[in-house]
Amino acid sequence: MSNAELLKVTTMATAIAEGRTPEYLFWVGCAGSFDDRAKKVTKALVKILNFAGIDFAVLGTEESCSGDPAKRAGNEFLYQMMAMQNIATLNAYGVKKIVTACPHCFNTLKNEYPALGGEYELVHHTQLLQSLLDSGKITIEGGEFKGKRITFHDPCYLGRGNDIYEAPREVIKKLDVELVEMKRSKANGFCCGAGGAQMFKEAEPGNQEVNVNRAEEALGQNPAVIAVGCPFCNTMMTDGVKHFEKEAEVKVLDVAEMIAQANDL
Amino acid sequence: MHLVSIIAFVLIFAAAVSLFVINIRKILRNINLGKDQVINDNTPARWRQMVLVALGQSKMLARPIPAFFHVIIYVGFILINIEVIEILVDGFTGSHRTFMDVLNFDGFPLYNIAIAFFEVLCVLVLIACFVFLYRRYISKVPRLASKDLDGWPRKDATYILLAEIVLMTALLVMNSADHALQSTGFNFPISTPLYNALFQDISEGSLHTIVLVAWWLHLVGILAYLNYLPFSKHFHIVLAFPNVWYAKLTPKGQFTNMESVTNEVKAMLDPSFTPPPLAEGEVMKFGAKDVNDLSWKNLLDAYSCTECGRCTSECPANQTGKLLSPRRIMMATRDRMEDVGKSLDAKGPGLADGKTLLYDYISAEELWACTSCNACVQACPVNIDPLNIIVELRRSMVMEDSKMPDALAGAMTNIENNGAPWQFSPADRLNWATEN
Repeated sequence: MSNAELLKVTTMATAIAEGRTPEYLFWVGCAGSFDDRAKKVTKALVKILNFAGIDFAVLGTEESCSGDPAKRAGNEFLYQMMAMQNIATLNAYGVKKIVTACPHCFNTLKNEYPALGGEYELVHHTQLLQSLLDSGKITIEGGEFKGKRITFHDPCYLGRGNDIYEAPREVIKKLDVELVEMKRSKANGFCCGAGGAQMFKEAEPGNQEVNVNRAEEALGQNPAVIAVGCPFCNTMMTDGVKHFEKEAEVKVLDVAEMIAQANDL
Repeated sequence: MHLVSIIAFVLIFAAAVSLFVINIRKILRNINLGKDQVINDNTPARWRQMVLVALGQSKMLARPIPAFFHVIIYVGFILINIEVIEILVDGFTGSHRTFMDVLNFDGFPLYNIAIAFFEVLCVLVLIACFVFLYRRYISKVPRLASKDLDGWPRKDATYILLAEIVLMTALLVMNSADHALQSTGFNFPISTPLYNALFQDISEGSLHTIVLVAWWLHLVGILAYLNYLPFSKHFHIVLAFPNVWYAKLTPKGQFTNMESVTNEVKAMLDPSFTPPPLAEGEVMKFGAKDVNDLSWKNLLDAYSCTECGRCTSECPANQTGKLLSPRRIMMATRDRMEDVGKSLDAKGPGLADGKTLLYDYISAEELWACTSCNACVQACPVNIDPLNIIVELRRSMVMEDSKMPDALAGAMTNIENNGAPWQFSPADRLNWATEN
């Protein structure tokens, strides 16, 4: 596949106009659409989806914020306004299955949209990657991460929020790496500091930034890569690694980026 | 003499039980200050959750050392209290060790075996109590030495441990000095050596007095303990069970949907939609400003909290020096209920005392430090949900008082205008697909 073929994206509007109903809607999210770092994850995932021959589309300009930060901040009005608009769009296209690389969007759409009339089957991208690897739709041979030490930072809204701990780990293990766990992992994982709308405000007064605390713990594992599964965790851990001036030695990568890179996509 | 003692017993027992009932009713009244919330879905899962988490203490296992000693006290408390049944029967009938003859079968002294087992448990409980005092005052486990507990809460914890030490000691002394027990010829693991060491040379009359004093001490101790519970964090021994039964079963990431807002938003988006009218006297209020805006389950959570501080020790905000402590959220909620309750008891203004849970008991700074990561909810051994209270209070701040940090207000404006928390045009949302 050429790079252009790998990066091919159709919108739901186009697909429907062509008489197709894609199997998956890829919910890109605000970070995945606008944040430079997260856009790379979006593209990595698009490449994997195309490589695996998954029939998917995006909403494009018809997508809006899921409302997660508004809801966590206590602004239920704004949350429900966003949610109802998004639900109207999704239902108009008859969307059934949604994949997203953002655990915040994942949680909101999966758990909170049903009360407002939006019922969809939600899949986090690490879950989809796991099933693609298990079914052999994508395979990994060698790859640049082979034998390297990797630690995975659990996103709160994927882990504790929705009890998904194994999918990202199973995907990482397929890379033939040495997966090392931080002391605070899985159900006891430590937040990156961005959840609950903290991403969009200054931290309250304290003696340390949450992401610095977490990055210190991750760096203590001497990993080559700190793997993440959330655009906000990605930002926070990247900043945390920079705080310790370790960005040359330790990369912060989304699980999708690792799979794409291992496949030279 | 017997009659006097029976009458004294009956009076003390009746007074203690009545007082307990009075105080429990006050707590129930305080919990009922909260809003109605029907929780009766999926009862099999609720029973399972209660058996696993409350009865089986599964979440304690995350920290094995306190779990080990806690389970000793827990099992000890339940099993040793079987002996209290006999104490009650003896007290009402004026008999002594009613069950001894009944349960000591020829060749199989069941009663003696049971007492021997309780004695071993007693010693284990004593050890556990001293370990817990050691953790609080000598090794100073951070969550137990925290300033959250300054004042009454620390005293409360200490009184409970001391009371347990007194009760267990009284029981062992009673058994040791008890001629009836020691003359069975059975070798009791604790009381027989204790008898040999302490009471061998003492006259039977004095021994009888010692037994009597220890018996009354244990009995009055238990009844005092019972009546201390409603004023103490130790009430968790009762409320842990209903609290876990009623605890949330949905994914932790799922926040409640606000029905009242749904109606407003529907009316906003669709002019033909008319929201259902409010019931008479009902005031439209969003989120929680005070305890009566929280649900009764939030308030039950507060009374179930035993202030162990696992939540706070896992809280990313607290661990990085922020003001927020989920334990303090629960303690403040309980303090507010207690203050309102006391005011109501004194025919005072109750909720209308010019104070509110939000701002007067819990500050905006604490609430804004929360990352909603659910670490506190995960950590709680009795499934208390501090996050739900935090969110309800945030809702009130934001939707009633329009108060939020400036940067966050900016993000909200962006979401409203651009459909994203950052200032990007919605028209550019798909640009990533064509950028290099």
